[in-house]
This record gives sequence, structure tokens and C-alpha cells, in this order.
Amino acid sequence: MNCIVCIKQVPSTNEVNLDPITKTIIRDGRQSVTNPYDTFALETAVQLKERCGGTVSVLSMGIPATERLLRDAVSRGADRGLLLTDRAFAGADTLATSYTLSLGVRRLGDFDLILCGKMAIDGDTAQIGPELAAHLGIPHVTDVLAITEVGDASVTVETAWQGGVRQVKVALPALLTVQKDVNQPRMPSIAGVKRGLEAPVEVLGAEAVQADAKRIGLTGSPTQVVRTEAPQRDSTAVYIEGDASQQAHKLAELIAGLTEGARA
Amino acid sequence: MSGLRIDKDLCIGCGNCANACLQEALTVDSYAEVDSAKCILCGMCVDMCPVSAISIEKEESGIDKSAYGGVWVCAEYLEGSLHPCALELTGKARELAAQLETEATAVVLGDESADACASQLSYAGADKVLLVTGERFAQPVEEVWAAALAELVRARKPEILLFGATEFGRSLAPRVAAMLETGLTADCTLLEIDPETKLLRQTRPAFGGNLMATIVCPDRRPQMATCRPGVLPMPELDETRQVTAERVSPDVPAAQKALLGMVRQAAAGKSITEAKVLVTAGRGVGDKKNVALVRRLAELLGGDYAVSRPLVDMGWAEYPHQVGQTGVTVAPDLLITCGVSGAIQHLAGITGAKTVIAVNTDPEAPIFARADYAVVGDCVQVLKALIQELENGTTK
Repeated sequence: MNCIVCIKQVPSTNEVNLDPITKTIIRDGRQSVTNPYDTFALETAVQLKERCGGTVSVLSMGIPATERLLRDAVSRGADRGLLLTDRAFAGADTLATSYTLSLGVRRLGDFDLILCGKMAIDGDTAQIGPELAAHLGIPHVTDVLAITEVGDASVTVETAWQGGVRQVKVALPALLTVQKDVNQPRMPSIAGVKRGLEAPVEVLGAEAVQADAKRIGLTGSPTQVVRTEAPQRDSTAVYIEGDASQQAHKLAELIAGLTEGARA
Repeated sequence: MSGLRIDKDLCIGCGNCANACLQEALTVDSYAEVDSAKCILCGMCVDMCPVSAISIEKEESGIDKSAYGGVWVCAEYLEGSLHPCALELTGKARELAAQLETEATAVVLGDESADACASQLSYAGADKVLLVTGERFAQPVEEVWAAALAELVRARKPEILLFGATEFGRSLAPRVAAMLETGLTADCTLLEIDPETKLLRQTRPAFGGNLMATIVCPDRRPQMATCRPGVLPMPELDETRQVTAERVSPDVPAAQKALLGMVRQAAAGKSITEAKVLVTAGRGVGDKKNVALVRRLAELLGGDYAVSRPLVDMGWAEYPHQVGQTGVTVAPDLLITCGVSGAIQHLAGITGAKTVIAVNTDPEAPIFARADYAVVGDCVQVLKALIQELENGTTK
């Protein structure tokens, strides 16, 4: 079973705060980390390798510093990495990013499964997985909780579905997006860290993967952010004053009135 | 080539842009300069510049937009029932279509039983309903449904295509968007037509919910967006509207997956989406054990409890109880929020709530802007006092 795991570098916090007066961004710790959802995808792939053999490759499109995260993935059980980095990739939306990743997948060669985190914490779109599957013309399954059966031509997975758990059997090659907290991502061993440092991590630009210049980066991105703003926050609420017990007393009366009104 | 442009004549060297840049790609001496090797063209600096000195130049790779017209909704019909968001989206499609002087169309996929949805969708505002029904479409299989939708879009060229941001919609819509090589904006809370450009303005929370981003898709078609259930108002159903349905049968590939059924059903009990009274806990409850207070209050009021995303992330509550953009959308008659600050993503999940009582220590918390009644104070103290009050039945 040869797996490709897609990972994304994200800021360690997904929250950006605006200074209410100057309207500028308040900076805080902005260490880059692997998108937490992707760590569960990686662990799923490594466990699959331990169960069935095969290889795990990690793939990312990002700034050159992302190489560190690919080496980190190797230290946690992946075999090799491919980083797609190029100025021409900058400004990519999900369509251009998924196209670019599809070139990376082709570069990595034969595979059975692609595993992605369900979504990235900095974008929350959950679009890259299904879009990448579409570019590659392979089926995809989202919200995967576990891979329960591995066959020669298919895998059976459990997915979160309408509050319960559903079983889906999908033909290989396929792409799965993995939910969070489905496993305990391992820590790198000392040998793993060494392997990570020495691992083959290929770093390729747009030309090396024969990217169509019209389909990558900002040029290849149909969507455009026209405005980013802090929302209006004008409160029209009735304030309930007093200490906690006074507030609670007034609330009890208020709630009694409201729920009575609803019953009437 | 596309890139960031800084107009040195306009730049006042204030440094807002460098401060906003997550990539540290901007430096400011007497004016701003960009290190294009670091810049990822995210556009944060463009919004932060007080003198509009920064712009992003983009090479256009457009299509013939004049060939496209009409607003389409993919109406989700699963397991024998039409999802309420299909009607919400159809109502919105009708409104957008009116502004564009075009037609609203609802597309339904499913087995033959889905044909019966045509009247409801028409009453909700669809001028036409396309029925993609039959044995081949009986199961919601992304690669089959996406192929059907892509073929229909290529043939009939709608300018807008909307999906519900349901579990399945979030899996289907991106597959369709990639097949059509067009843009898709996830989880929009606001959809409107720009009066000048006639583009669909798609607004969604960004950056952890503290900012709203408005996104357009200027040069490709259709313009695609998903919208959370419960965010758009439910339209009045007008039963005098004419029902016009058309059966279509696009060519589709064979399914590459088999849906083997449920191995565990949803937990018994009502989903929080149906609760008339809902009490929610946010980070401000401070401790996992205080979530029990929220549950107790909910119990006393005959309602249910829910939480904001950080509490699920910390393992204080289960995901089915998460309210917000990446959780569940709720619409109770009475919502009492305890220690919920009100990030935009969370607010997106409670837009349908009728009366909101918010309890929070921070008087500046955005939740108060959404609240009808505001209690500034420690929610744990207020909860304890309120529970005592209700248990003693002192309020008659």
C-alpha cells in the first residue's frame, strides 16, 4: 500500500486579532506548524504501512521553510518528501493549490491512497481533498475515522455521517480526508529525527513539475478576496446589572417570562 | 506576471502593511518594500493600507462570461428527504436571480422519490426544477453526482451555482468546482450581488473568525459557493407558484464506491438543531467541570446544551454538541450563552436563534452585539446562582 499524505504549513494559532483603534493586526507568536488535521492523516498512513507494508510519501506546496515540516513527517514514519515551492505558486486559492498538488502526486509516481487532513485550521474550507481527487480522476471519501479493511483493489473505511458512523468501500486508487482525533500521532524517535535530517526531500519549482502557468498561483486562482474587515459590533442588548445573585434573579424572571411566552 | 505592487508616491511609510504581513515579506523604511520571494499574495496588507498604496496585479485568464446566465441551487435530497437548506438556498437564489433579471433553478439528484420535491422547491422560489433522478443517482456518490452536475453546467451555463454546506455538500461541491475549473467559496454567511459589477459577493469568516472576508470570482463561471444550513432565512412557501420540472439524464461514470450502511447510528435523543431552549458553554466557563453547570441549567429549562469549538478541541464536550461554522447550526427560541466570546464562526451557527441572553466577563465580547440581553459577569457565578434560583423555585 503506497500512500501519499498531503500536509500544509499553518500558523500555530488560527486567530488574528485586530487592534480596535488602529485597525492593525495584533501580532503574537506565529510559529508555523503542520496543520493539526494533517498529523492524523500522516499517522493513519504510517499505521497502514506498518500493517500492510508499502511506503509513505509526504507532499506539500508552500514556502521553502516548509521543508522542515516534511523532514518532521519523515521523523514520524514517512519515507520521503516532496515540496513544491515557487514564487509562481504564490496567491493560490484552493483550485490552483489542488492542481499544483496533483502535479506533485504525478511526480511521486504510483500510489494506492492519498490521505489529507479533513481541512486546514487557517482556511477551514475542506476543499483541497475533493478538488485534488477530481484533478486526478479518482474517487474520494471525506470525514474518515478509520480504515477497517484493506484489499487489493479497495479499502473499506468508517466515516462520520449524520451523527453516526457509516461504512464505505472505495476502489483504489482513492483519496481520503481524515477527521481529527482518530489516532494518537506518534512523537519522533531519536532514530526518527536522524532519519528526518537525512531523508530525501525533493524541492521542486513550477517548471520542474511542468506546471501550466495559467493554472497556478494567483493567475490560476478564480477567487479573489476583495475585502477583509472586522465586523460591525454595535450592541443593542438590554444590560442586566448587579452582582451574580442579583443578575441570576433577574435572569430567572426573564427566562420565566420568555418561556411562558413561547408556550402561550 | 502576477504580483504585489506598491505605489511609492502614495505610500506614507506607516508600517501597517508590514505589521499585517504573516510572512514578514514587507519592510518599511521611508516607504514599504516587498520581498517577492517571501510574499504569498494573501492580500492582508492591501486591506490594511490606509492610503490604498498597495494592490495585487493579476494576469487575467478569463472565459466568455456573456454565455452564462441563471442562478442554480443543488438541492440536497438524501435518504428520502429534502434538506431544509435546499429551500433556504432556493429562496436566496430567487432573490439573486431577481437582481440579475434571470431565472432561479433547483437541481435535485436522487432516486425517483426525489421527483416529489419539485413542488416544494418551486414554492420556495425555483422557476424551474431539474430532476436528475433514477436508479443511477439513488446513492449520494460524489464522483457520480459531480459528473452529472458538471455535464449539466457545461451544457446550460448557469452563472451562479450554490450548495448547502452540509456534510455531503462540502464533499460534493469542491469536486464539481475542480471539474469545472472554477472558484468555490466555502461556508458563506452572506451572498449578495454587487450592484455595479453584478458579481456574486461571497462573505465568509476568516482568520479564526475575527475578520470577515468578501470574495468574488470575476473571470470564471459559474460562481460557486456553499452556505451553512440555517444561515439563510427560510423563504415563505408560495403554493400559487407554477411548478415547472424537467427530467434530465446526463451521462455519468460508474460509481467507484459502495455505501455499505451505518455501523453506528446517531446517538439517541434529539439533535441540538431541534432544541427550543439551548444553553451554550464557551471558553469562559474556565474548567471542564463547569460544563456540567451548563448541562444542569439546560435540564432545568427543558432544553439542551451545546458548546463552542474550543471546548470540543479541548475534549470538554463531544462534536455533535459543537455550534458554529464547523459544527452545527442552531435556531432555538431561547439561547443562553455562558462564557462564549462570539467569534464570527460561532455567530454563524446561531444566526437563527430568536432571543439571545449572553453571559460573559468581557464587556467588549462580540457576543453582546448579537445578544438581546447582556449579563456582564462571571458566567460560573451567574450559572450557580441561577441554578439555585430555579431549583428552589423562588421565581414563580
